[in-house]
Amino acid sequence: MAQTKTQFGYRRHPDQDRRDGDPAEHAVVVVGAGPVGLSLAIDLAQRGQSVVLLDDADRIGEGSRAICFSKRSLEFWDRLGIGQRMVDKGVVWSVGKIFHGDNQIYQFNLLPEPGHKRPAFINLQQFYAEAYLVDRVDELPAIDLRWRNKVTGFEAHNDHVMLTIETPDGPYRIRASYLVACDGARSSLRQMVGAEFAGQVFEDQFLIADVRMAAEFPTERWFWFDPPFHAGRSALLHKQPDDIWRIDLQLNPDADPAVEKRPENVRPRIARMLGHDKFEFEWISLYKFQCRRMERFLHGRVMFAGDAAHQVSPFGARGANSGLEDAENLAWKLDRVLRGRSPQALLATYHTERSAAADENIRESTRSTDFMAPVSPQEARLRKAVLSLAKETEFGKRMINGGRLSVPSVYESPLSSVDGDDWRGGPRPGTSMPDAPVTGEAAFLTEAFIKAGTRFTLLAFSNGADIDAPEDVGVIRIGGPDGLADPQGLAGRRYDAEPGTAYLLRPDGYVAARFRHPTRAALDAALARATGHN
Amino acid sequence: MKLSTESNFTKPDDAFRAVVEAHRGLSEAQSADLDAALVLILANHIGDIGVLREAIELAKRRMATADQQAQQQQQ
Repeated sequence: MAQTKTQFGYRRHPDQDRRDGDPAEHAVVVVGAGPVGLSLAIDLAQRGQSVVLLDDADRIGEGSRAICFSKRSLEFWDRLGIGQRMVDKGVVWSVGKIFHGDNQIYQFNLLPEPGHKRPAFINLQQFYAEAYLVDRVDELPAIDLRWRNKVTGFEAHNDHVMLTIETPDGPYRIRASYLVACDGARSSLRQMVGAEFAGQVFEDQFLIADVRMAAEFPTERWFWFDPPFHAGRSALLHKQPDDIWRIDLQLNPDADPAVEKRPENVRPRIARMLGHDKFEFEWISLYKFQCRRMERFLHGRVMFAGDAAHQVSPFGARGANSGLEDAENLAWKLDRVLRGRSPQALLATYHTERSAAADENIRESTRSTDFMAPVSPQEARLRKAVLSLAKETEFGKRMINGGRLSVPSVYESPLSSVDGDDWRGGPRPGTSMPDAPVTGEAAFLTEAFIKAGTRFTLLAFSNGADIDAPEDVGVIRIGGPDGLADPQGLAGRRYDAEPGTAYLLRPDGYVAARFRHPTRAALDAALARATGHN
Repeated sequence: MKLSTESNFTKPDDAFRAVVEAHRGLSEAQSADLDAALVLILANHIGDIGVLREAIELAKRRMATADQQAQQQQQ
């Protein structure tokens, strides 16, 4: 990580010189400069908000940690202006293979069709992602990023929250209209609002080792059940940039963490896995995990996002990616409420939409974990049956669960308008916009969405008629003399489009409503609904 | 679709016998293995999660009833 800046200086801020009875006031304070807090701050700043971003450390955390970033996350980061940098550095992959013992039993491709700007996943160490996000933050004067600022006190009031912040120069206080806690799994703000939560703890321990080696393995996700080098357990191998390979090994529940972590104990096991011992350790960590979420993501003027609000097992790339989906969901809503353009009730839909997504992620990741670590002899027997059936049946292959990888949730949302027309396909309201290649001003629909202003946008398939879009709604026109062309017909097909079809997209790129022949009145009604005026 | 509890085999004895014979000579562990595979194969063939859930419910209800009867007999 030599070429990226990871250590940041503490700087005294004028807010710290305010008298105690007269603290500085800020519209939005975000706590936690991890991927979620940084991305949220950038999104808010790009929408014109000033953001104070606090972090208790002065450096980017070590270790690769989250390494799989999804297509949806990359599309979000494209909107924040850093998607390309992530992809350039990251390792692109879409194929996963599952082995049982020595045999490959199943292979999947997460993005089987061409015509998307972004791949299904990239692998990238979290510290790179954070470093690029910090670089982007530095370009945005509206974000005031304060390192070594630790929130130690919190008071909720009707129209603001008051924070006490500890620094190397001592404590100071600030007022905030809204506070977003992105301070991770051990969120101290969660404790301060008194919203501790319980969940299922998985007793199995996993060991992560990042090893550096020049290897000829393909850039795929390889998962083993009962591998010859680690009998009776499971293992995962995944490539990261810089010739680093991520290895996850499932350990026995009673394994002693201190003993297991010693390089002299890890090394022989990994040498057996790789078939050689020409590697160096970059990072070794041992973890157990929980699957759980807060009951409410919204506590008055405090919102929780990412690991602070929900935690899942790491098999499925649902941690950081779902946190980033939280950020994109919250940013535009908070911006509208701060501008007085939407009622505060719009924020409640952040909880509605994202807590349902968290439930889905928890359900999926619990299933994966249960499959990897059966809890009873009969569960083990059923798993054994699946693995053996997989050798000769398609259904057996599909039942193997070595981690179902993250796809964006479909929201059952009060912001969506119910379909009134006949649809044979295409994204229904509450679904994130599918990408498709186009030609003209943009090469992909996701690019056209950014060019249209990353706001409420009408994606309209031309029938030659003028489009009467509501004020302040962007327009992407497909077809017609000044529209984008769809030479492969993929945009039309993916949106089940006929001439005249129009989709109303939200500022986070989700479908709010769709129409075969939109009238201005219908668009106004859908927009009112999608902005919380209902 | 709804779980069918009508008699679907022309010769129910053949069906029962086929399952019984499959278990002949197997240890308890082997039998449990066989059952696990059989359940998954048949569940996939049915291919309807509603029907599968109904079947599970029926099987579990029967267990509860059997337990109650055993308790009553003890009293």
